[in-house]
Amino acid sequence: METAITINNLTKNFGDVVAVDDFSLSINAGAFLTLLGPSGCGKTTLLRCIAGLEDPDGGEIYIGDKLVFSHSRGVSLPPGQRNLGLVFQNYALWPHMTVYKNMTFALEVQKLSKEEMDRRVKESLAEVQMDGYEDRYPREMSGGQQQRIALARMLAYRPQVFLMDEPLSNLDARLRMDMRAELKHLHHVAKATTVYVTHDQVEALTMSTAIAVMKEGVLQQLGSPDAIYRYPANLFVADFIGNPKVNLLEGVVKGSSVDLGAFQIDMDTSGAPKRVVIAVRPEDVLISSEPIPGSVEFTAYSVLPSGADSTIVAQLGELEITVRVMGISTINMDDKIWLVFDPQTLNLYDQESGERIVAID
Amino acid sequence: MAAPAVARQPLPGRLEASSRRFVRWLRRPQVILSLIMLFLMFYMIIIPLYRMVMTTVTWQPRDLIGNPEAEVGGLTLYHYARMVTGALGKIYLYTPLQHSLTIATGATLLALIIGGSLAWLVIRTDMPGRRLVNQLALLPYIMPSWTLAQAWLVFFKNRHSGGTSGVFEYLVGASPPDWLSYGPVPIMICSALHYYTFFFLFVSAALMSIDSNLEEVGELAGASRGRILRKITFPLVMPAILSGVIMTFSKVMGTFGGPNILGTPVRYYVVATMIRGSIGVGDKADAFVLAIILILFSLIIINLNQKLVGTRKSYETIGGRGFVAQVSKLGKLKKVILAGVIVFQLLVIFVPLGLLVWSSLMLQDGNYSLSNLSLQHWIGPRGTIYNHGEPGVLLNPKIWRTAWNSIRLALSTAFFTALFGIFIGYAVVKGRGTRLSKLVEQLAFIPYVIPGIAFGAVYIAMFVKPLGPIPALYGTFMLLVVVSVADKIPYSSRSGVSAMMQVGRELEEAAQVAGANVVRRFRAIIFPLTSAGFVSGFLLTFITVMRELSLIILLVTPDTQVLASQTMFYIENGDGQMANIVILILITIVAIGNLIISRFRGGSLKKGLGM
Repeated sequence: METAITINNLTKNFGDVVAVDDFSLSINAGAFLTLLGPSGCGKTTLLRCIAGLEDPDGGEIYIGDKLVFSHSRGVSLPPGQRNLGLVFQNYALWPHMTVYKNMTFALEVQKLSKEEMDRRVKESLAEVQMDGYEDRYPREMSGGQQQRIALARMLAYRPQVFLMDEPLSNLDARLRMDMRAELKHLHHVAKATTVYVTHDQVEALTMSTAIAVMKEGVLQQLGSPDAIYRYPANLFVADFIGNPKVNLLEGVVKGSSVDLGAFQIDMDTSGAPKRVVIAVRPEDVLISSEPIPGSVEFTAYSVLPSGADSTIVAQLGELEITVRVMGISTINMDDKIWLVFDPQTLNLYDQESGERIVAID
Repeated sequence: MAAPAVARQPLPGRLEASSRRFVRWLRRPQVILSLIMLFLMFYMIIIPLYRMVMTTVTWQPRDLIGNPEAEVGGLTLYHYARMVTGALGKIYLYTPLQHSLTIATGATLLALIIGGSLAWLVIRTDMPGRRLVNQLALLPYIMPSWTLAQAWLVFFKNRHSGGTSGVFEYLVGASPPDWLSYGPVPIMICSALHYYTFFFLFVSAALMSIDSNLEEVGELAGASRGRILRKITFPLVMPAILSGVIMTFSKVMGTFGGPNILGTPVRYYVVATMIRGSIGVGDKADAFVLAIILILFSLIIINLNQKLVGTRKSYETIGGRGFVAQVSKLGKLKKVILAGVIVFQLLVIFVPLGLLVWSSLMLQDGNYSLSNLSLQHWIGPRGTIYNHGEPGVLLNPKIWRTAWNSIRLALSTAFFTALFGIFIGYAVVKGRGTRLSKLVEQLAFIPYVIPGIAFGAVYIAMFVKPLGPIPALYGTFMLLVVVSVADKIPYSSRSGVSAMMQVGRELEEAAQVAGANVVRRFRAIIFPLTSAGFVSGFLLTFITVMRELSLIILLVTPDTQVLASQTMFYIENGDGQMANIVILILITIVAIGNLIISRFRGGSLKKGLGM
């Protein structure tokens, strides 16, 4: 059975610091939702509130149709009664127990039979490709293996909801890539609603069905990875998502074009205030080694090939724009280059509020 | 999806919700444990202190003798006035205080020099045999602090007060001068030779934790070795040294054994011996005034330390991370220095023990002829002219009972102390940042500033009379356990906190998410993971309680006599040789206990000290 999670007006303070601020969010049943944000944005605190490891100072949380926390009604189920599993950043495998003991701890609490426990352990270990590791102690395994065991430990007691707190951040880059694929597959197979915390936007984009971007305890944007990437709701989200970073160009609206000082870009400016910011992704800028209609002349300040693609930093006076092209670029440093901006790919933001301006059709 | 604002509930509902929240808060394990520990500490520390202060500021029945108009129980500053002015003040307070301060200062300096240089030699030089030196350096701490004092007397005794003479006179043929036999100099030396272990442990841990890169940077900048030692190494070790200073200073201020053995015979009194004297003649209020003054001095010292180091971090900076240390080459002197160190260690460990053994084998004290050798004091029959007719120690049922008391006391104190340590550690670490957690931590620190003898005095104040549902504990074995546990709370909570920090919160939370209740979490996760800390704490407490004297000397009765206090009574009765045997038995038990316990789960004395 798939379970939705509903969070209403959740607030959590640590002394004077507001870690989670009047936060509301619905997570669809079966979703892989990522809480994304820089460190200290409250994403881990929110996860811990869902798990029941922190007592929030306001609001309520439903898991499925079960009310697990309500400040106003004084309800708070202990973590063990919320039917969820949590994978910790540092795995939190009990060092004094073997893999088998680690995995059956929760099953013993549930008073399962010995046969059932053996079966569950075997199955779960198979799911993370760690068959035969029952008798190992955590310290006898590599970081990646411990990570898999931590996952298997959660799978073994079959929670309705998976919670994961930066589970891949202690792995090296290579392993992290492998584990992303595995986690995504695992979610696909288990179909359990998953809440995943990370500060790594690539991880969020690659794995999630939905992303909630947070900043200082406040939800900035909730949407599909595609929507978050293509239509960031505000400058913070635009700047946080994407590598290389998005180009943010400050300008002034003049009729149906934006004056960037050095040049102007024609685009739909309906509903825009005077002072705006144009956000353009590096891969959305067209680059040419010859002048073409509508192009603007820049100089190649730096060229950074990385195999599959190349990053070019283009300069025009004070203005610097990062451009990304596929493959190894033939452009050399200090070459003259011509950039073309496709109005369809540009997002316009209010310089003052930082909010995206949605054209009024 | 924007959620609709939560509608404001009617009042009864709100009250119910907040009472549910309160109950939930109350049911958190760290809150329950905090409250239990607060209650226990309140009972074991705060109430006794309060009672003691109250005794000093109210008229006591005894005061009626000189002040017939006084009303017993009425408030008065009479005791303070009496103690700080006039001839009485000089005898009871100023002179003993001056003596205490002199001894504490001298002993601390000497201990610093010995412990500091030993630590440097072991950690930072290429001296051979460093492991052996390291192990031997801890031994004096295992022996009771007054062992050396007693051995000192065997060697340096002169005919002035005892009647018999010591080994020195036998060997040299002349009586040693008074200043060498009794009084401040020997007390200082004996205390320093016991307490230098603090400095050795603290400084060597600090030296080990200094990243030698810090020193290498200095070297690259062209500084000389001496300059680096002075400008870089020394300031980095400073917090450790200061921790050693407060610990040693307040310990020596409150220590009773050494001054009683080496000072009292020549009427050289310190505050600790004065407190005992006042209690002995029934002047409880006077004794408590002295105890309060001792506590004030401890507070001043600790405050000074905080001012100098900045925060209470002074002792928290002692964390042993293993950096590759830069080693000073001693060159040709290496062997000479090693020899010197080993000779020193033999002198302070084995020679005193040997002297005690020798003295115990002499039928008549001070007669060094071979024909005088006898086992009378060990296994002699009852009813001889020796030792007031008591049988030899090994055949003496009283001693066996006393030894059993000691072991019982040390084991039960060690158990409760280690358990409290884990509980306090859990309450403090889990509740980190809350006021409750801070309160627990601060309360647990209080006994640290109460010198042993003063703590004993505090307990007399409280437990002679029943207190609410708690019966009068005076004269019971329970009382000794309670005071010993209370006295060790600062140490156990410190090691408990560091053990809990190492466990980290996730391991318990993982069990919480898995649905384990608090009892199961403690049994399956927390106890197993803190067992090394538990064993170390147990070991340290076992050893320190076995040889604890100052704390319990005021509280023991013939029925609850322990080995440590028994030695003191033998000495005061003039049966010094019996005392020496009892000391030897005591040391043997401690050594065996140390050996057994340290085999368990990596327990060690160092870990017990929170390092």
